[in-house]
Amino acid sequence: MASAWLHPGLLVIAAGLALALLRGRARDAVALLAPLAALWLVLAAPAGVAWSGTWLGFEVRPLAYDALSRLFAVIFAIMAFAGGLYALNQKSRLELPAAYVYAGAAIGAVLAGDLVTLFVCWELMAVGSTLVIWSAGSGAAYRASMRYLAIHLLGGVLLFAGIAGHVAATGSTGFERMALDSPAHWLILAGFLVNAGAPPLSAWLPDAYPEASWSGMVFLSAFTTKTAVYVLLRGFPGTELLVWVGLFMVFYGIVYALLENDMRRILAYSIVNQVGFMVAGIGIGTEMALNGAAAHAFTHIIYKALLLMSAGSVLYATQKRKCTDLGGLFRTMPLTAFCGIIGALSISSFPLTSGFVSKSMISQAAGDEHLLWVWLALAAATAGVFLHAGIKFPWFVFFQKDSGLRPAEPPLNMRLAMLLFAALCIGLGIFYQPLYALLPFSTGFVPYTGSHVVVQLELLLFSGLAFFVMLPMLRRTLTITLDADWFYRRLAPVLVTAGFLALRAMGRTLAMARDGGMRRIGAAALALHGPQALFARTWTTGGMALWAALLLAGYLLVVYL
Amino acid sequence: MSDHWLVRPATIRLLWRVFIAVLALTVLAEFLVEHHPHFRIEAVAGFGAWYGFLACAGMILFAKGLAVFLKRADTYYEEESRDG
Repeated sequence: MASAWLHPGLLVIAAGLALALLRGRARDAVALLAPLAALWLVLAAPAGVAWSGTWLGFEVRPLAYDALSRLFAVIFAIMAFAGGLYALNQKSRLELPAAYVYAGAAIGAVLAGDLVTLFVCWELMAVGSTLVIWSAGSGAAYRASMRYLAIHLLGGVLLFAGIAGHVAATGSTGFERMALDSPAHWLILAGFLVNAGAPPLSAWLPDAYPEASWSGMVFLSAFTTKTAVYVLLRGFPGTELLVWVGLFMVFYGIVYALLENDMRRILAYSIVNQVGFMVAGIGIGTEMALNGAAAHAFTHIIYKALLLMSAGSVLYATQKRKCTDLGGLFRTMPLTAFCGIIGALSISSFPLTSGFVSKSMISQAAGDEHLLWVWLALAAATAGVFLHAGIKFPWFVFFQKDSGLRPAEPPLNMRLAMLLFAALCIGLGIFYQPLYALLPFSTGFVPYTGSHVVVQLELLLFSGLAFFVMLPMLRRTLTITLDADWFYRRLAPVLVTAGFLALRAMGRTLAMARDGGMRRIGAAALALHGPQALFARTWTTGGMALWAALLLAGYLLVVYL
Repeated sequence: MSDHWLVRPATIRLLWRVFIAVLALTVLAEFLVEHHPHFRIEAVAGFGAWYGFLACAGMILFAKGLAVFLKRADTYYEEESRDG
C-alpha cells in the first residue's frame, strides 16, 4: 500500500519544490494533482502509526493516523487543491511553491505522532508562510512578513522550551493529552496559542495576512491557525482556561472587524473570531464540544477561503482593498458577489450552510453542560458574526454605494475555485453525514431541529436588522484601530531610539568628564614632577643630610617607643 | 442610463417590507416548533430575536466607545516605510 510508505505532507512539499522549477502545463498539472494524491493517501491509510524510528536519540513517529489527524489532513489537502487552482494564474514564481511547502508542513504537523516531528513541521510552516507573505513583493509585505516571522519564531521558542522540558521530565516524545501541571506544559500551551491568534498577540494575524497577494491570503487563512486548533484539541481538551481565551477571541474579532475599513483585514479579524469559537469548544471539552470544534475547523477552512477568494478576486480586479473605495461591484462581478455571499452565509452559520452544522455543536455542548454565561456569550457572538462579516463584507464591497468601478469577473481558474468551495459550503450544510462520520466521536447530534433553526434564524435576522438600523454608526472611515502590535511597532522603536539617544548623551558626558579629569591629572603631575617642580628639582647636599638625620631620629624614636 | 433595478428606491422600499415580514414570520414560527430549552431565559418569547438585536446593538456601541481611544488615521504606521 502506497499509504504506508508515502507521506502525504512530504508529497505536497516535494510538489512545492518541483513547482519552483516547472513551467506551463506541467506546473499546473503538478499543482492540481499533488494535493489530490495527498487526499487519496490520507483517506486510504489505515489508522495507526505508519512510520516510526529514532532520530537524534528520540523516538519519532512522523506518520500516524487517527480520526482527528485524518480529519485535519483531509481538509488541508482539499484546501491545498482549491488554493492551487485559485492561484494558477499568480504571476509570482515564489508564492505557489512556498504555499505548497507551507501546506505540506501543515499536513505533516497534524500527522505527526510525536512532539519532535510536530516541532519540525511547526517551524517549516513558519518559514513557508513567511515566504508566502513576502512573495507579494511590496515593501509593506516585506516588513509585515518580518514582524510575522518574529512573532512565530517567538512562538517556536516557547514551544521548543516546553517540549524540551516535557521530554526531560517524562522521557517521552509522545504527543498526548497534557495537564497544566508544569512550566513545560504552560510553555507548550503558550506556543500553541501564539499560532492560534490568541491574546495578547492576536495582532500578528490582521497585521500580516492582508499584506499577502490576492491569492496568498487564501492559503494563509487555512493552515497556521487550524493547525493550532488541532494541537489544542489533541493536547489540551477540557482546559477551562481555553473557554475564556476563546470567548475573548470571539469578541475581539467582532469588535475590531466592526471598526475596520480594509475588507481583507475585516476577514482577518474574523479568522480570530472563528478560531475563538473552536478554542472555546476545546475548553468545554465534552465529546460534543470537541466534535464541534473539529467540525468547525473543517467548515471554517472552506468558507473562509471562499470569502478570501471573493475578496481576492475584487483585489485582483480593482487593486483596491478599502471599503471606502469599493461598493456596487455586484453589477459587473455577480459571480464573485454570489460566492462571497455564500461564504458570508456559511460563516454566519445560516441553516443549510456548512457553518450551521458545525457551530451548533459548540453551543449545544455549552447548553448540555449548563454553562449559562458561556452559552449566552456564544449566542451573542453568533449574532455578531453575521454583523461583522456576514453582512458587512458583502454589503460594503458589493453593494453599499456605486463606487463607479466596473471590474470584470476574474479568470476561469479563480471562478472555478470559488464555485467548488461555494458548492462545498452548501453541500456540507445539507449532506452533513460524511463530515460527521469523519469526526473523532459519535454523538448522534441532529443539527436540524425546528427549535435550532428558528432560534438561529431569529438571532441572525435580527442581527441583520441591527446592522441596517445602525448603519450610520458603521460608516467606514479612513482609520485603523490600535492593537497590541502598537507595542512592538511604535513603543519599542521609540524606546530603543530614546535608549540610544540617552546612551549617546551619557557617553558624551563621560567623555567630557574623562577629558576634564585627564587634564587636571596632567596639570597636577606637571606641578609636582615638571622640570622645575618639587620632585624634579636638584636638591642641595645639606638638605639631603638634614632629611637623612631626621629619618634616623625618627627611626630611633620608633625603636625606643 | 437608469441605474440597476436593485438600487432603485422603490426596490429598496420593497426589500425593507419583505425583510420586516420575514422577521415577523421567524418570531411567529416559534409557536410551530417544539422547544427543549436548556435555560429559563431561552424559553422567554422571541428570545433569539430580542437577544440577537440587543447583543448586536451592544457590540456596535462598545466598538464605537473603544474607537474613541484607539482609532488612528490609516497612515499611522506609514512612517515605517522610510526604511523600506
